[in-house]
Amino acid sequence: MKKILIIPNETGLHARAAFQIVEIAKKAKHGVWVSKENHRADASSMLDLLTLNCPKGSEVTVEVDHAHDTEIMNAIASKIQKGFGEI
Amino acid sequence: MNDTHEIAIQGIGGSPGICIGKAYLVDKEGVDVVRQYYLFDKDLSEEIERFKRAVDKASQELDAIISSLSGDYQEQLFILETHKLLLKDKKLYENTCKYIESNHINAEWALKKVSGNIKQTFQQMNDPYLSERGSDIGHVTDRIMHNLIGGKNHEQIRDINKRVILIAKDLSPAETSQIQLHKIQGFITELGGKTSHTSIIARTLQVPAVLGVNHATDIIKSDSIIIVDGTKGVVILNPSEESLIAYEEKKNMFERRRKSMMRHSELSAKTPDGLEKKVMGNIELLEEVVSVLDHGGDGVGLYRTEFLYMAKNELPSEDQLFENYKEVVDLMFPKPVTIRTLDINGDKPIPEMYEKSETNPVLGLRAIRYCLKRPAIFKTQLRAILRAADYGTVRLLFPMISGVQEIIAAKTLLDETANELTKEKVPFNRNIDVGMMIEVPSAAILSDMMADYVDFFSIGTNDLIQYTLAIDRGNQDVAHLFQPLHPAIIRMVKTVSEAAHKKGVKVFMCGEMAADPFHVPILLALGIDEFSMNPPSIPAVKSMIRKVNTKSMEPFMKKILEQRSPNDVIQVVQDHYGDIFQETINF
Repeated sequence: MKKILIIPNETGLHARAAFQIVEIAKKAKHGVWVSKENHRADASSMLDLLTLNCPKGSEVTVEVDHAHDTEIMNAIASKIQKGFGEI
Repeated sequence: MNDTHEIAIQGIGGSPGICIGKAYLVDKEGVDVVRQYYLFDKDLSEEIERFKRAVDKASQELDAIISSLSGDYQEQLFILETHKLLLKDKKLYENTCKYIESNHINAEWALKKVSGNIKQTFQQMNDPYLSERGSDIGHVTDRIMHNLIGGKNHEQIRDINKRVILIAKDLSPAETSQIQLHKIQGFITELGGKTSHTSIIARTLQVPAVLGVNHATDIIKSDSIIIVDGTKGVVILNPSEESLIAYEEKKNMFERRRKSMMRHSELSAKTPDGLEKKVMGNIELLEEVVSVLDHGGDGVGLYRTEFLYMAKNELPSEDQLFENYKEVVDLMFPKPVTIRTLDINGDKPIPEMYEKSETNPVLGLRAIRYCLKRPAIFKTQLRAILRAADYGTVRLLFPMISGVQEIIAAKTLLDETANELTKEKVPFNRNIDVGMMIEVPSAAILSDMMADYVDFFSIGTNDLIQYTLAIDRGNQDVAHLFQPLHPAIIRMVKTVSEAAHKKGVKVFMCGEMAADPFHVPILLALGIDEFSMNPPSIPAVKSMIRKVNTKSMEPFMKKILEQRSPNDVIQVVQDHYGDIFQETINF
């Protein structure tokens, strides 16, 4: 289960944005991942997300290990599309 | 893991001598010491629990701060929330637990390792915003660490109370100023070279130091017995019985020779043809005056005055400075004391004075540049020096002068200061020799012009070589290219010496180049009038000067100037003076 998205906000996937993703991903029962090119980050780890290094315009994939967490994936995707409330 | 196997590691010899003793590891940052110890299987789960409790406590502490903040502090609030999130971030939290378990190691050490790795990942990122996130990890780690250590067991460099061999990544002057130095038997650092601050300190203390030892803080264990051979630049881990006996013997021999050299140190340094050279000491602390006198120094050739500015987090007052300078001058009387005005630099940052962090501090706002920009701070020091000059023989030395305008500006401020003291009827002495450091290549190139403004030049070879050869002496990858006998350096010193002597200006040398007896013949041939160095090197240099005849040195000098590489220069010196070195230096 995955969705491919573009990071739309000026500051990219920085602390505030990562914070929001983590808050959502923490609720998942199984693995939630955000990946860029061939790097994969655990969406429940802010440090992992930050080290992905995603400036504005980066193409990222949001992925969940289990269908149970589809809503989590959608919520994260929606956050990203809305530019984390920054646009 | 085979702990009994003897391992010899090659580094750079920073200070000669041999010591055998217990290793004492200090934290990467050098100040706080994190203990490292191993655990039995049965204790692992309790250790992990202890770590988790420390994290929970940190989390509660953050909650308390967050609830006490009003809504006006949105930004701080967000930072604190972020830190709270980071406390339990998998990368930090779970990895630390795993590290404890798989390495059977205590929580403090595991946390330090894990957070160190994360910090490094961030610091390596190109994005300046992200590379700064490393500091968030630092804050969070500190908070957990504080709870783990809980005030006790929290060893700090200043509390070291046994004679140990200090092992660190690197030691800054601010850190070394906290150590009770007489407790240190020897130094081992991962960074640094022959002329770095640590080796200067080690030589002053006459304890061995080996620098540039890769991964020293990872491979050497606290409390293990090690041998440090600062003469050869070797560290021996897990020494065998035979090695211990052999090195004990070497150590005794070294100390006997050092003592016999000391016995003649009082005698003047007069060449066989009757030329007397002054050999002075470089000092950083008041207490080192004793060391200069003990080693037969003819005065203080360089008093570095940064210490009083670094020791506290505030600027010293005029009276504090005056009292300090007066005491040095008193103790040395009638021998001269050369006081160099404030030289903050790249490896001696003073927090109070940091206006903003510089990406390239050695080329930044330092020394005379800083003082000319902050004349009030500068004048306070000049007043203290002029007042102290009333009590003995003082010379004033301006650092980092790069052109004529700077020396004029510095001297103008000196005259203004003297006028102010006259008006206030404060006793002082303006009748002192005023000199400048030759450490920026531009000043060396213009030395004929600069000579019009000063009574003496003091060649600071550490910086002159660094700036001329573009070599950072603290960088172990290039430290071997920091070559005092580089033909360009010899030519530059020659230019300075000739330009100065034409105008009756004296030429002193106060860098570490002057401290090596091997350089004595060349420096005598170049006409250096006075040598200044770390006090323990004085006896050997004096003893060398007494053996070098300065008559008919021209053919030697001509040959030296024809050489195209440092190694060729060294060969020529060997060929001419090898016999003398045999009896003098190999101690």
